[in-house]
Amino acid sequence: MRDPIGKKAAELKPSGIRKFFDIVAEMDDVISLGVGEPDFDTPWAIRDEGIYSLERGRTFYTSNSGLKELRTEIAAYIRRRLGVNYNPVSEILVTVGGSEGIDLAFRAMINPGDEVLIPEPSYVSYKPCAILADAVPVVIPLKEKNQFRLTAEEVEAAVTPKTKILVLPFPNNPTGAVMTRADLEAVAKVCIEHDLYVLSDEIYSELTYTGEDHCSIIQIPGMKERTILINGFSKAYAMTGWRLGYCCGPEEIIHQMTKVHQFAIMCAPTNSQYAAVAALRDCYGEVVKMREAYNQRRRFLLHEFEKMQLPCFEPFGAFYMFPSIQEFGMSSDEFATELLKDQKVAVVPGSAFGDSGEGYVRISYAYSLDSLKVAMERLSAFITKLRQR
Amino acid sequence: MREQILELLERNSRMTPAEIAVLLGSGEEVIASEIKKMEEENIICGYNTLIDWDKTGADKITALIEVRVTPTRGQGFDKIAERIYNYPEVQSVYLISGGYDLLVILEGKTLKEVSHFVSSKLSTLDSVISTATHFILKKYKDDGIIFDKKKKDERMLVEP
Repeated sequence: MRDPIGKKAAELKPSGIRKFFDIVAEMDDVISLGVGEPDFDTPWAIRDEGIYSLERGRTFYTSNSGLKELRTEIAAYIRRRLGVNYNPVSEILVTVGGSEGIDLAFRAMINPGDEVLIPEPSYVSYKPCAILADAVPVVIPLKEKNQFRLTAEEVEAAVTPKTKILVLPFPNNPTGAVMTRADLEAVAKVCIEHDLYVLSDEIYSELTYTGEDHCSIIQIPGMKERTILINGFSKAYAMTGWRLGYCCGPEEIIHQMTKVHQFAIMCAPTNSQYAAVAALRDCYGEVVKMREAYNQRRRFLLHEFEKMQLPCFEPFGAFYMFPSIQEFGMSSDEFATELLKDQKVAVVPGSAFGDSGEGYVRISYAYSLDSLKVAMERLSAFITKLRQR
Repeated sequence: MREQILELLERNSRMTPAEIAVLLGSGEEVIASEIKKMEEENIICGYNTLIDWDKTGADKITALIEVRVTPTRGQGFDKIAERIYNYPEVQSVYLISGGYDLLVILEGKTLKEVSHFVSSKLSTLDSVISTATHFILKKYKDDGIIFDKKKKDERMLVEP
């Protein structure tokens, strides 16, 4: 028989998290700090709207781009939060989570051999999606000395005549890093100079703790026309399982993305779209409450790390901490595996998010304070043991 | 700051000033003195424990009593409210807009005990025009806490 497997799929590196997941699944009583989604239930008003839409029998496809009503609310939301206008008819596409948007953007924009700049450590899907679209991924390793922010110099150094897209994954998973307006302005300048497009994944935009509003690259003059903005409902509204996201960008790109989306997906789940309308209309107060809860946990963990003298830069976004474990002389994979076996606490090795994540682990604080307290006691015991070796 | 402290204490009154200080990014002394001030100003009126008495063997019955009264000249409803709330078996007294005036929440051991209170003490007060007593059959949620729901984390253990 012929080999049933295509080369491109076979050559994709499996996610580094998978192996770890298999070990965890075998164990009982694990306290996990390993998730990438909110611990809050979706606010009841949103769930109620989802239920109501089913009762009303709204069980059909929507238009490919998504409910007009929802796209209008998304446009209003972006205007409210960022002061930028998108045309809901031609510049917004509703997707199955932010993840689909990443895939669509590459497929719509890439010609074989185009280079995509991917800062790492970052979410695991940029590289595989770029490869599947026949792009050449070029990694930019982010540095702790820059608080894991992307600098203009780093972009400049990585640009070649083939570079087409820069991925901008901030607020960042796994580091929690955020970009300031000044950082974005400097990067924007390089992008304009080299005629680069930006894929700005801002799925964590509502979860920042600097005291100032999140700044998006689309707010920098000259950037809206060369940026695909990716966002969604998963993190801000605790709606991960509803699978709903959206992309905003120049009409000609959104048009092509919609075409791919139409053939691959048809439309995002109807039920989720109706629920999301309620989210944007009525539930911002819930977002604020959840943000405050995350911020309290963030401060709690920083305080605990300080007590156990575990070095960690202060992250101001998402719900992750990225402490350094370099002093223990083991790989992040070894550290995470031993911590799991010794104390039954699950964290994710930093190396799962790219080579430059080696030497760190990702600790999620999307957990109740009570769980975090127990987890920190165990982590502290583990570290003390390691230091006594 | 005050509001944030209160929100934390409202959910967990056992939280210490040191713990609150960490969560709010403030100092322990600042928090302790702020709490003390709020206790003095009667903003913080007590530190109760929320109990689901149904799960204990204790005999307890709670009644909501709607009371219509004639307000007293010069003192409005305050005087009659005071006469009612001074009874230790009365848990809460609220002045209410709408169809009646005072909502009295009463706790007793038996149905009989509560009826006795209503007929002999409450109804006989001069300004009380009428009462309507409702007994609580089951408490689902009190003070923002759902009683019968222990949340289980259904997320996967490790995710990207």
